[in-house]
Amino acid sequence: MDIKAYIASGILELYVAGKLSEKENQEIYELMQEHPEILQEVLEIEAAVVKLTGAASPHAIDFESFKGKLDTTGTKVIDLKPRKPNWISFTGWAASIILAGGLLWTLNNKTKVEEELQTVSTEKQYLEIQIEEARNNLTATKSLLDAIRDKDIITVPLGGQGDYASTYAKVYWNKADNTIYLDGEGLPNAPDGKVWQVWSLTLNPLTPTSLGTIDDFNTDENKIFTIANTNESQAFGITLEPAGGSESPTMEQLYTLGVVAATP
Amino acid sequence: MTELEILVQQFQSKNQVAFKKLYSMYSQSIHGVVYNIVKDADIADEIMQDVFIKAWHKADTYSSKKGRFFTWILNIARNAAIDMTRSKAFKQSKQNLNSDYFVDTITNNDSLDERTDAIGIKKFVTNLSQKCKEVIELLYFKGFTQKEASEELNMPIGTIKTRNRNCIQQLRDMVL
Repeated sequence: MDIKAYIASGILELYVAGKLSEKENQEIYELMQEHPEILQEVLEIEAAVVKLTGAASPHAIDFESFKGKLDTTGTKVIDLKPRKPNWISFTGWAASIILAGGLLWTLNNKTKVEEELQTVSTEKQYLEIQIEEARNNLTATKSLLDAIRDKDIITVPLGGQGDYASTYAKVYWNKADNTIYLDGEGLPNAPDGKVWQVWSLTLNPLTPTSLGTIDDFNTDENKIFTIANTNESQAFGITLEPAGGSESPTMEQLYTLGVVAATP
Repeated sequence: MTELEILVQQFQSKNQVAFKKLYSMYSQSIHGVVYNIVKDADIADEIMQDVFIKAWHKADTYSSKKGRFFTWILNIARNAAIDMTRSKAFKQSKQNLNSDYFVDTITNNDSLDERTDAIGIKKFVTNLSQKCKEVIELLYFKGFTQKEASEELNMPIGTIKTRNRNCIQQLRDMVL
């Protein structure tokens, strides 16, 4: 092989440029091992090209700019020097934690107070309702009292009869407006399935006329019931009748009876 | 075994000292080639460093039978730089890439004056014939094959080879 002609062909320059086939690269590698002239030629070409290409770089390159970017293990090197405690940082964190705690406490307190306020507010409303009820009651009682005190009123006490001698009732009859006010305070609550029925009676002949049943007797508080009465009553009676009332009074169940005093 | 071959082997077994030596030998050149393609010193810095990191991580794929170590890393660098010029972001930011040859870069390179061989290199490029400028530009900076260069310069393949040989010989006379 003519080494000089081979070198002069310019193939080694292309070899350094990196544009030969894999086969040619392999060949030249082997020739370099056998012929020191070829190796020397390649080294010189490479050195010249390295200088030329390096001159085309606008600024100098040093390894320092590269430092830290190369990493053999792929993990960061950890600084093992114990770090000085950073008191400013600690204080800062402590302050924030205390502040956060304080805020939570305040928030919690606020919620509690709000709940208490809500309770108090509810109680207040409840009391207001009670006062309102009491006022209404008072008004009702006053008008009742006014009604009973009316100069035209006729008072008829109803006494207990027979087995029910301990019971009593009172009728206040306002003839002017055909109204009676029955005070049933002296009567027991009507048992289940039974109801109090009020009767207007004429005595000669004895004729009962129903004034109606008192369906809300048990639940009424003052036990005073306003009942319309257009009859020329001579007496009033109260019997305990089956729920719904009866056509005529059950005399065995006549609790109270009272006769109207002679008309003044 | 040459000193360089030992260095490359150490590099392949992840020896950082060997890496640093190879870096100091070739980084300026790699930067020059990359800069000549992207025409931006900062981008060139970035690519050049990426290229060396890539070389470090795939060091085991290099074999001296396939070519020179410098050539291997030069190829990685040219490919990386060309990839960059094809990226959308790069195209948008570099609408008007100047078409200066490496010769212009070297001629206008002020920082070169502080380096060794600066005078020789500048003298070389100043006196270089237009044909040499073109051939060297294409083969070493642009990574053209002999065939591609012959088509680009409208010159027979054999002429490319011998002309290049002569041009590099001139360079060697000036700088070595």
